[in-house]
Amino acid sequence: MRSPALNLIAENLTIDRGGRRVFQDLSFSLESGTALVVTGANGIGKSSLLRTLAGLVALAKGKILLEGGEDDKLPQEHAHYFGHQDAVKPALSVLENLKFWQSFAAPAQTAGFTGIQMTPAEAVETLGIGHTAQLPAAYLSAGQKRRLSLSRLLVTPRPIWLMDEPTSALDKASEQQLLDLMNGHLTAGGMIVTATHTELALTNTKILHLQAVAPDASAPEEMLI
Amino acid sequence: MTGWAMALFQRDLRLSIRVGGSALVGVLFFLAVVTVIPFGVGPDLNLLARIGPAILWIGALLATLLGLDRLFQADRDDGTLDLMLMAGRPMELVVLIKCLAHWIATGLPLVIAAPLLAIFLNIDPIAMGAVTLTLLVGTPALTLIGAIGASLTVSLRRGGLLLAVLVIPLAIPVLIFGVSAADAAIHDPVPFLTPFLILCALSLIAAVIGPVASAAALRFTAD
Repeated sequence: MRSPALNLIAENLTIDRGGRRVFQDLSFSLESGTALVVTGANGIGKSSLLRTLAGLVALAKGKILLEGGEDDKLPQEHAHYFGHQDAVKPALSVLENLKFWQSFAAPAQTAGFTGIQMTPAEAVETLGIGHTAQLPAAYLSAGQKRRLSLSRLLVTPRPIWLMDEPTSALDKASEQQLLDLMNGHLTAGGMIVTATHTELALTNTKILHLQAVAPDASAPEEMLI
Repeated sequence: MTGWAMALFQRDLRLSIRVGGSALVGVLFFLAVVTVIPFGVGPDLNLLARIGPAILWIGALLATLLGLDRLFQADRDDGTLDLMLMAGRPMELVVLIKCLAHWIATGLPLVIAAPLLAIFLNIDPIAMGAVTLTLLVGTPALTLIGAIGASLTVSLRRGGLLLAVLVIPLAIPVLIFGVSAADAAIHDPVPFLTPFLILCALSLIAAVIGPVASAAALRFTAD
C-alpha cells in the first residue's frame, strides 16, 4: 500500500506556557485529505496545540514532522494559521490587505496537494465581500473582517490549515460556505487541524478530545492559559 | 525573492503614511526639543553655534525613539506578526525591510528638517551641511539599534519608556561620532572624514546586528 503524499506527525508534544505544563506526550498523525477536530473544555490547550503546530509556541519536548513536505521548509511553513486575530490592517483597502499576504507568504507546493491559487479579486468575490474590495478594511464588520482573513488562505496555496474556532463571528450562510471551502481543501489533498466547540460537517474527520487527567503533582495536565 | 520584499516595504510605507502622524509628530517633537534649548541656555549666539550640532543630534535621537515602539507592536497586536513568522521568509530580512520603511517614514523627515532647525541655532552653512550629512548616515543606525529594543519590548503594554532606556546606551557611540564629525567641519584642524567614516561603519554594523538580534527576539516573544 502506498503511503499518502503528506503526513503530519506529532510525537510526544509537551508544552509549557507561563511556567506551567499545558499538556504532555500528545501524539497523533494526520494524512492528507483528513481533518483533525480538536475538542475539549475551555483552557484545556486547544489553542496552544494549534499555535504549537504553527511553530509559535516552543516545544518543551517532542517534535513535529511533515512527511512529503518541501525539504527546505519547516512544517509550519506549509501551514496557514487562522486564529482569533484577523491580521487585517484597517488603513489598507480589502484588496491591498490581501495582495500583501499573497506576495508575502510563500506558497508551499507538495506532491499530493492540488489546491488552487485564487487571485485576490476572486477570493474576495468567493467569500462574498467583493463589493467591499476597494474600501478601507476599517469599514468592515467583524464577520466581514473574518471573511477577509479567511480569504488569505485561498490566495496562497498551503496544504495545512490550522483553524482556531473558524466559525466564530460568521453567520449561517458564511458558515456553510466555510464548510464548503474546508471540504474542498480536504478533497484537494490538504489537511485541516481545527479547534472547535460546534459540530462541523466535514468529510473524513478524526477527533482529538483533550481531557484533563486527575490532578497529579508530577503531571499537572490541566490549566488555564 | 524581491516580490515579497517590495510588497512588505510598500505596505509598511503605505501604513505609516495613511495612519498618519508618524512623520509629522516626529518632526514637531524635533522642533520642540530644538526650540526649547535656547530658552534654557540663554540667547548666546556663539554658544548656540558651538553646541548646535549636539542639540540637533540629541533632538534627532529623541524623536527617533518616539516612533520606535510602534515598529512591531502594531503588527503584534492584530496577529500579523504571528503570520509573518510563519510566512517562510527570513525574519532578519523582514526586520531590515521594516526598519528601512520606518526610517524613510520617520527618520528621513528629521534629516530634511535639520537644515531648517540649524538656522534656529545659528549654525553656519558649512556646519549645517555637515550636521545634515551626519544625520543622513547616522539616523539609520538609530532605527536599526532601536529595532532591537522594539522587539524586546513588543509584548509589553507600555514598552515605550523601557525601550528608550534600553536603546539610549546603545546609541551613545552613534551620538559621539555623529557630533564629532559635525564639530570637525566647524573647527578646521580636526579632520571631518575620520569620525564620519566611523559613523558610516556604525550604521553598517547596526544593519547587521540589529536585524539578527531583533529577529531572534521576535521569534522568542511569539509565545
